[in-house]
Amino acid sequence: MKILVCISQVPDTTSKITFTDNNTQLNTTGLQYIINPYDEIALSKALELTENGNGSVTVIHVGESPADATIRKALATGADEAVRVNAAPRDAWFVANQVAGYAKDQGFDLILAGRESIDYNGSQVTTFVGELLGIPSVNAAKKVTLEGTAAVVEREIEGGKEVLSIPLPAAIGTSEGVAEPRIPNMRGIMSARTKPLTVIDPVDVPVLTRVIRYESPAPKGAVTLVDAGETEKLVDLLHKARVI
Amino acid sequence: MSVLVYTESASGKFKKSAHEAVSYARAVAEQLGTDVTALSIGDVDASELQALGNYGASNVWSVSADRLKNFINQAYASIIAQAADQSGASVIIISNTFSGRGLAPRVAAKLGAGLADGAVDLPEVTGNVLTVKKTAFSGKAFAYTELVSPKKVIALNPNAFELRETGGDAQVEAFNPIVDDRDLTTVIKEIVHAVDKVPLPEAEIVVSAGRGLKGPENWGMIEELADVLGAATACSKPVSDAGWRPHAEHVGQTGIAISPNLYIAIGISGAIQHLAGVSASKTIVVINKDPEAPFFKVADYGIVGDAFDVVPRLTAAIRAYKGNP
Repeated sequence: MKILVCISQVPDTTSKITFTDNNTQLNTTGLQYIINPYDEIALSKALELTENGNGSVTVIHVGESPADATIRKALATGADEAVRVNAAPRDAWFVANQVAGYAKDQGFDLILAGRESIDYNGSQVTTFVGELLGIPSVNAAKKVTLEGTAAVVEREIEGGKEVLSIPLPAAIGTSEGVAEPRIPNMRGIMSARTKPLTVIDPVDVPVLTRVIRYESPAPKGAVTLVDAGETEKLVDLLHKARVI
Repeated sequence: MSVLVYTESASGKFKKSAHEAVSYARAVAEQLGTDVTALSIGDVDASELQALGNYGASNVWSVSADRLKNFINQAYASIIAQAADQSGASVIIISNTFSGRGLAPRVAAKLGAGLADGAVDLPEVTGNVLTVKKTAFSGKAFAYTELVSPKKVIALNPNAFELRETGGDAQVEAFNPIVDDRDLTTVIKEIVHAVDKVPLPEAEIVVSAGRGLKGPENWGMIEELADVLGAATACSKPVSDAGWRPHAEHVGQTGIAISPNLYIAIGISGAIQHLAGVSASKTIVVINKDPEAPFFKVADYGIVGDAFDVVPRLTAAIRAYKGNP
């Protein structure tokens, strides 16, 4: 079982998000970057599936050299080797083309990524990669098991779930619950320094989308407090606000 | 330069998000001075197809074949791309649902189109460029994304665009795409719909509870309140992490992002990660015994009080209101 895991780095979940340059750039001052939490689930699943010498895990990241710390963390968690495509991750289409460009002749059985990144919330990369490589994909898996040359995947649908079987190779986006999260131990941290991290050049991708500016949500007005004993008053306010 | 909208269905009926997508497509078509073709795949009742006219579709193309009854993203994406080509569509609208997210990138890649997903408003039109306002940083911000390619795919968030009934009529016809067996290798083994529950991402009212509830055995009163309101239930991350509630109910930055008309948060302090996923709610009610809880800062209405006392009273008050509005 040869698995490729796509890792993106995102601002820590406790970050306050602000912008600079007339709201055209993310203000990165003071931001701490972490592995996208959904990608961490993908990595944990890959490690689970290849346990006891049953295969290998490669992580791939599209980004510039400051991301090496994040990549080393993935290696410390247990990945065998890492590839960094040396380019700023312009958009999901660009990232997916880099991943597919690298993966196309590497013979991976499974390509895993998080369901979405918590920065641009695209949830596009897994599906783009599936399309570019001409293989099946599932974008929000809740459970993944292997049965011979197929993956049995439980995916989320509105108000329920669907169980499907897809032949390998396949691309799967992981949600919470797919795997127990793993954290690096001391041995992992020591060995991560010597694991291979290969830097490769990006492939050319035409520009289809461009983020031109950002906006923060409008601040809320002050809260209207209702006394705990007057729930009828709250019901009346909600009725007047036409939400019930 | 027409607009194609894919209308997602379940069990022979269109979802509310599909009607929203048609309303949105119609509004985009009006911006561009063109009309809307809606595409349905799978067995959908004839009256349902016809009714898409009422939301602004001029034409409805229906694909119904036994092997296409169940959603398979590769095959469906291929059909949508064929319909886009044949209808001459330059803009393709898809609902940003779980299935839609598995479709839109494939459709965009097939058409060489730029994709904006998580759209929350109509695009700004500047010549051939559409600028789409979309959610980013899990609700902590919006990003305005330019689609600069000749063809464009927009995935619209559920509950983000109001239904507009036009009273119009649609011409319904069969559409016969070519579907390659290689796009049908996925086998659907089981589909489970929780029939008695409102799906969380589409719910207009959501009742959510956190660690303040003290344990899973106390969720009865939450479900009862949700019941009288016809609401979906949700929870905070610590609650699903502790296994008190299923992960599928976790709303927040690393869970589901929602935008209901009314969000009632009970015993949730309002950590920044939770607020990120719910801040798009139109009205927020917070019930918490701690007056300093950060959630009150983003709430429209609040009650400082013990959930075990307030929630049953609120349920009774709503029941009385429903009985005698």
